[in-house]
Amino acid sequence: MSVQDRVFAAFREALDVEDGIDRSRLVYRDYAEWTSIGHMTLVAALETEFDTMLDTNDILAMSSFDKAVEIMTRYAAN
Amino acid sequence: MPPIDLSGRVALVTGASRGIGLAIAHRFAAAGATVLLNAREIGEESLGTFAEDEAQRIRILPGDVGRPDTARDIVRTVFSSSGRLDILVNNAGIMRTGLIGMISDVDVAEVLDTNLASVIHMTQSAARLMARTGGSIVNVSSVVGVKGAAGQLVYAASKAGIVGATLAASKELAPKGIRVNAVAPGYIKTDMTSQLGDEARTQALEAISLGRPGSVDDVADAVLFLASDMSRYVTGQILGVDGGMII
Repeated sequence: MSVQDRVFAAFREALDVEDGIDRSRLVYRDYAEWTSIGHMTLVAALETEFDTMLDTNDILAMSSFDKAVEIMTRYAAN
Repeated sequence: MPPIDLSGRVALVTGASRGIGLAIAHRFAAAGATVLLNAREIGEESLGTFAEDEAQRIRILPGDVGRPDTARDIVRTVFSSSGRLDILVNNAGIMRTGLIGMISDVDVAEVLDTNLASVIHMTQSAARLMARTGGSIVNVSSVVGVKGAAGQLVYAASKAGIVGATLAASKELAPKGIRVNAVAPGYIKTDMTSQLGDEARTQALEAISLGRPGSVDDVADAVLFLASDMSRYVTGQILGVDGGMII
């Protein structure tokens, strides 16, 4: 499974995102379920999916699906 | 009463090189936990204070948890080595006494970083790891953080800050199955309280209803209770361990 698919799986689990959604709509505080509480649920889902722990700066920078993929690509490479 | 069993649990204790922190680590190890000892300066010689079978479950993680990057690195090391964290005891602390107007900027920064910022840094990192399994965070405050004491402006403020952090974290982390409590020791015989002058020590002893200073084991037993499932329905509490101290 690609990093993008793994990140999407975490979004689906944490934020109840539907499979066919336009992923550009997944923006922090813009997408209804992606609240500050939802953000931490998403972080937990990503950490579980990638079996890692995110840096606080990365958690704060994760503002969209594309950004999440960019960040998690680094973790997947390590 | 059944003995408290922490077999299979992973516990991290900051400020564990001596005093209350080391006593807590001994209690956890005796209860069967894997115990990770943190302090700014701590080495393998600390293992010598544990029984042989316990020492096999002890890991040393030196570092200054008052620094956010160090706190993150320590939790990351716990993740990579153990994969889980069930118990965190935020005990790291220093004491600087001084009358108002005579406290240096360096002392203010050092005390707040070591005593309070460390709790925030460690809670931020550890809570994410603990959220996977649930857990217990026990913070070590002080009676002066609740009641205040002359000559302890910064120390008391740092310990009062721990009370606020405990209450806030308990509310936010309860839905994740993480309990957060604090102990507020009174006058405990440690290297740190030996810094107090004779007059302050005499006043402290006169204020204790039970008529004796506390021991590090008195505090460690209270922390063991809060860390274990014996306190499974207890969160957001500040437990005085002060012999009925009135100040």
